Amino acid sequence: MEQLLQQIVNGISLGSIYALIALGYTMVYGIIKLINFAHCDIYMIGAYVGYVCMAKLGLGFVPSLLVSMLVCTLLGVAIEKIAYKPLRNATRIAALITAIGVSLFLEYTTMFFATANVRTYPPMTGFMAKTFKLGDVVISAQQILIAIITIILMVLLQLIVKKTRIGKAMRAVSLDKDAAELMGINVDSTISFTFALGSALAGAAGILVGVYYNSINPLMGVLPGLKAFVAAVFGGIGIIPGAMLGGYVIGIVEVFVAGLGYSMYRDAVVFAILILILIVRPAGLLGKNTREKV
Amino acid sequence: MKKYSIIFTLVISMLVFAGCSQTASTNQDVIKIGVNYELSGGVATYGQSSVEGIELAVEQINQAGGINGKKIQLVKYDNKSEPSEATTLATRLMTQDKVVAILGPATSGAFMATIPVANQNKVPVISGSATADNVTVDDKGVKEYAFRICFTDSQQGSAAAKFALENLSTKKAVIIMDSSSDYAKGLAETFTSTFEAGGGTVVAQEAYMAGDTDFNAVLTSIKGKDFDVIFIPGYYNEAGLIIKQARAQGIDVPILGADGFDSPKLAELAGAQALNKVYFTNHYSSVDSSPVVAEFVKAFKAKYNKEPDAFNALGYDLAKFVADALSRAEKIDGESLKKALEATKDFKGVTGTMSVDENHNVVKDIIVIELKDGKQYKTYRVTN
Repeated sequence: MEQLLQQIVNGISLGSIYALIALGYTMVYGIIKLINFAHCDIYMIGAYVGYVCMAKLGLGFVPSLLVSMLVCTLLGVAIEKIAYKPLRNATRIAALITAIGVSLFLEYTTMFFATANVRTYPPMTGFMAKTFKLGDVVISAQQILIAIITIILMVLLQLIVKKTRIGKAMRAVSLDKDAAELMGINVDSTISFTFALGSALAGAAGILVGVYYNSINPLMGVLPGLKAFVAAVFGGIGIIPGAMLGGYVIGIVEVFVAGLGYSMYRDAVVFAILILILIVRPAGLLGKNTREKV
Repeated sequence: MKKYSIIFTLVISMLVFAGCSQTASTNQDVIKIGVNYELSGGVATYGQSSVEGIELAVEQINQAGGINGKKIQLVKYDNKSEPSEATTLATRLMTQDKVVAILGPATSGAFMATIPVANQNKVPVISGSATADNVTVDDKGVKEYAFRICFTDSQQGSAAAKFALENLSTKKAVIIMDSSSDYAKGLAETFTSTFEAGGGTVVAQEAYMAGDTDFNAVLTSIKGKDFDVIFIPGYYNEAGLIIKQARAQGIDVPILGADGFDSPKLAELAGAQALNKVYFTNHYSSVDSSPVVAEFVKAFKAKYNKEPDAFNALGYDLAKFVADALSRAEKIDGESLKKALEATKDFKGVTGTMSVDENHNVVKDIIVIELKDGKQYKTYRVTN
């Protein structure tokens, strides 16, 4: 029983990270139907910005978190403006290939400047280094922090999307871009805003991973990125609550597979889920089946 | 661009050759030893460290009058961490520079690439750090002109098992191994066989892939089992994270590793307070209190102004080991040197007292280093 609870704690920590990344994938897909492969590298950049803030500039955790979210926001918007906007009316495959190109560009530029070596965050002190025991279940302060920050960011995101004018614009553009434009919505700035939101979440995920695992490298985004993508598809790509659900499910499944002694099959199981979902429910768990208009 | 670099290389190599032939013609009373090491490329730090050790040893030998009155002269080349380059250099050293022996390369792959050349030219090659099991001996038998002065991977695995049984008095082990490297597989196999032969049991064996960062699930599942020691055959990048996460989960049994732990990165990744009751096998430790080591550390610091690492120590031992055999050899040629090397018995080096066995491996103690608050604290010697 304790073991089950402990595994769920582990799964939620891991799932939170996937959920934060998956949100960015799903929002961008919802609005311009593009799978933004560069998204996982924004997460990696977030981790490096956090590293610079904490290890080199000696900032605390919260200021570092804000700086890294800000830098990632700017980076996300810049990538959209430079790489994707000129291709707005091009074929979807062209935009997809561009996304892969941007992803590789970010990875190897980072590798050039920061070298391929694994880097470590400075040792945590005070509250961040504490662990709590509930019976036999051990929860570290960092795990609590990950869960809380993820929930705060998700609530904020829901508020922005549901309650603000720009959120309304986002929903309108994702429903029908042309109609939204006719209604006087500035489509370009709405898309930029979507990239900004998604990238900020990825930046937060990056620094949380840095603090939690204490090990970052230029290619750290690749596998979590793919898994977050699976999470987004699992919940129904384009649907925000779906990405959160998907993230937690994938995290917990992964932990349980490893916990049962099949850690070598962990990644395989995650991708098997992707295949299964695509066969059984292509629109995802929370997605509606839309009929293709002929 | 490429053309220029070829021309440049040619010019440089001509200069090098010119330099060599000059010294050779003027100095008849020297013994030439080749140095074929990774001075640039992927594993340059291994090669550079080894060569520092070698140069210190040769300096000391020459100051003390050389070998039976003859001074040692090193002929040093850079194999760029490439096995094919190592082969070419071995040929050049044997046929053009006429060396009596070659030291290096440092890694098993590059070293093995030079062995056929050695057998053909009857010039011994000796490595300080090639630990793969099949380096000096394979299915076809012993490789006549290949020697090494370091332990093999399987000797290391069984030393770790003996240490767990005898020094730590543990009986139930969990192995968490890197499934993507032969190094880790070999260590896990010999650890298991020695541990079980000594009355212990391996309760569980888990695996991970190089590059993994989350080990919480695996650690939680082993936490429910009854065990008193963890063995992690693997490298510091993942081992550091496993130790950090294990300690955070409250697993406080001793953790055992091998020379893959030997990096300052281990402490950075795991955090100093997690590194208690952590032990790993290694060639050498600078906190070893024996007089041979203390003397070496002092001399090394005087020359290079830094703490010597394991490769420095192995390089130093390597040069002294060959010098010892040369002083006993009947004549200064490859064949006599080979015989003298085979007859080496109880040679006292910094990394242990070694005797050469019939497989051209050395029988020597293995050092186990204990970490306390992230620092090397104490050393133990395990006899294989």
